[in-house]
Amino acid sequence: MKEELRELYKYRELLYMIAYRDIKVRYKQSIMGFLWAILMPVLIVFSGIVVRYAYALAAHVTLQASDVASVAVKSLPWAFLVSSIRFSCNSLATNRDLVTKVYFPKEIFPVAAVMASFFDLFVASGALVIFLLAVRIGWSAYLLWIPVLLLAIVILATGIGLVVSAASLFFRDVKYVVEVMLTFGIFFTPVFYDMHMLGDKGKWLLLNPAAAILDGFGASIARHQPPEPIWLAYAFGFGFLLLVGGYVFFKHLEPVFAESI
Amino acid sequence: MSDVALRMEHVYKKFRKGEVYDSLRDLVPALTGRMFQQQELAENDSREFWALQDVSYEVRRGEAFAILGPNGAGKSTMLKLLSRIMKPTSGSLHVFGRVSALIELAAGFHQDLTGRENVYLYGTILGMRKQEINSKFEEIVEFSGLAEFIDTPIKRYSSGMYARLGFAVAAHVNPDVLLVDEVLSVGDALFQRKCVEHMRTIIRNGATVLFVSHNLKTVAEFCSRTLLLDHGRTVAMGPTPQVINEYMTLLQQHREVDQSRPVRISRVTVRDAQGPCHRFQSGQKAWLDVEVSAQGPCSKLAVVVYFLDEKYSVLFGTSTERLGHGSVSLAPGDILRCTFEVQLNLGRGIFYPSVDLRRYDNQHLYDSWEAAETIYVWSKEDINGPVYCCPRVVRQDICKAQLSDVNDCAVKSALDTKEL
Repeated sequence: MKEELRELYKYRELLYMIAYRDIKVRYKQSIMGFLWAILMPVLIVFSGIVVRYAYALAAHVTLQASDVASVAVKSLPWAFLVSSIRFSCNSLATNRDLVTKVYFPKEIFPVAAVMASFFDLFVASGALVIFLLAVRIGWSAYLLWIPVLLLAIVILATGIGLVVSAASLFFRDVKYVVEVMLTFGIFFTPVFYDMHMLGDKGKWLLLNPAAAILDGFGASIARHQPPEPIWLAYAFGFGFLLLVGGYVFFKHLEPVFAESI
Repeated sequence: MSDVALRMEHVYKKFRKGEVYDSLRDLVPALTGRMFQQQELAENDSREFWALQDVSYEVRRGEAFAILGPNGAGKSTMLKLLSRIMKPTSGSLHVFGRVSALIELAAGFHQDLTGRENVYLYGTILGMRKQEINSKFEEIVEFSGLAEFIDTPIKRYSSGMYARLGFAVAAHVNPDVLLVDEVLSVGDALFQRKCVEHMRTIIRNGATVLFVSHNLKTVAEFCSRTLLLDHGRTVAMGPTPQVINEYMTLLQQHREVDQSRPVRISRVTVRDAQGPCHRFQSGQKAWLDVEVSAQGPCSKLAVVVYFLDEKYSVLFGTSTERLGHGSVSLAPGDILRCTFEVQLNLGRGIFYPSVDLRRYDNQHLYDSWEAAETIYVWSKEDINGPVYCCPRVVRQDICKAQLSDVNDCAVKSALDTKEL
């Protein structure tokens, strides 16, 4: 494994190059490109507002700006997670020619897909900051948690990306399964709602590592609280194991990629 | 030890043909099914086949080595093993130094990026560093001859431009070991000559080059040693000319075994006025008898003959149809005999008369017999080159280098020309 990581390091320029290509191609027509980065989070925010409005109506309270902010804050990392999983899942198949013809560490493709999605997140964050300033959400020292939370979600996304990209080469229905999971995942992850709305039973949802991380984003940015340390540690542990396991799994299958694509 | 660039020892590669469970939906029943039916495993074994069996060879540093073989011999598998895309089932394989493959140009290109961006992308894919590409960029663009289009997205390129850019990048990688597929056939004649020239420079500069090809011309021109594969096994290995001969024999055997063709070239003989003959003098007349037998019906057939030189370049070619004899249709059991008369205006050397059976419009190749015969041509005159142009010296004068005489001489030779 050490040797494989060294090999990956050796090919780091290729990794940047492929990520750059993916970003560049997506942003080539600049208007559509930036829309692409913003569109998905915007849709999620609007669906969240509808859901939140319904909650407020049922509970006979008025919809707070902080509620909307919380949805917006969490929709970005969620959109990142979804797009990096989706892109990495197809990354090997779309680069078929390279997979079958040239040698280099193939994990470059799913990792580059995560990097490209991270760039989208970065672009969309610009819009988010403007929005948060507009609703006067304020700030606190807990914003310092953001890099930690970003690291956690990147680890998780990369781990999942490695597993699904390799698996989808061998079983062509993996991508449909992934698609279904991504569609319904939003109901099991606190994007539209906050954990505390579900009461004590809601804690079970935190077993979903993405839930723990997104809740952390909501807490540190919108609610001015620290993330729950235990659950965050759990999410880190989960993501890390997935990353290591996914990498081993990927590397184990890599020699037969060219034969089975 | 250090002068070995590449070593392959007892390499085996096994593939499974037929069905592989490629969806989760199929996997579940297959797994449960296998628990109950043991015989399925045995059946699986029979579906395996060996793409390579016990292949061993060594290539020395700075050597140009070729791997030759008919379709299905295992050449592509060999390339994939060498470029580390696949691993051998058993045996060992060592490549010392940086390997780069000139396989399938432009696999790494992206349509939406400009030529410039693609040079960087493809260069990185082939293992170059960014700095290295920076320093060679001008050279690459110059080589491709696409300077004015370099900032155009390559989806607007023609396929020729595409291939040229691909080759230009790949050719500047400077690897220790270069693997070359059938890529020297891209672009127009001018670009091809450039590529060949470049290959020669690479070899001269001490890189090890491995050709995997069935282009005999390239192999004969570049490679000193050749390995001949057939059905995954080593058939012959040694100096290129000998191995090419073996390859020809092998192709002939394959041709004879293959009964699926509707028509077959069954005999080709070269003769002079007296009878079968292999030694001719430049400018002498020769007759080429071709016998074609039909197993099935075949319409609009033309018999094509052509001469190859030692490097397997076509020197001359024509056909019954092109010589104004029209195409023929054959019924099963028919035998077609035709004779071509040619004047061998060939230079000294070895030549290979070859025969193809094609549909008259070149749409279909029924049978092909490259180097069906071998002839040796000699000449009384001391000449070189592949053709014989009936040379004769008709005049040789010396003009004295004195000013007054030079004029005289010019006048005199003008007069001479008039006389002639």
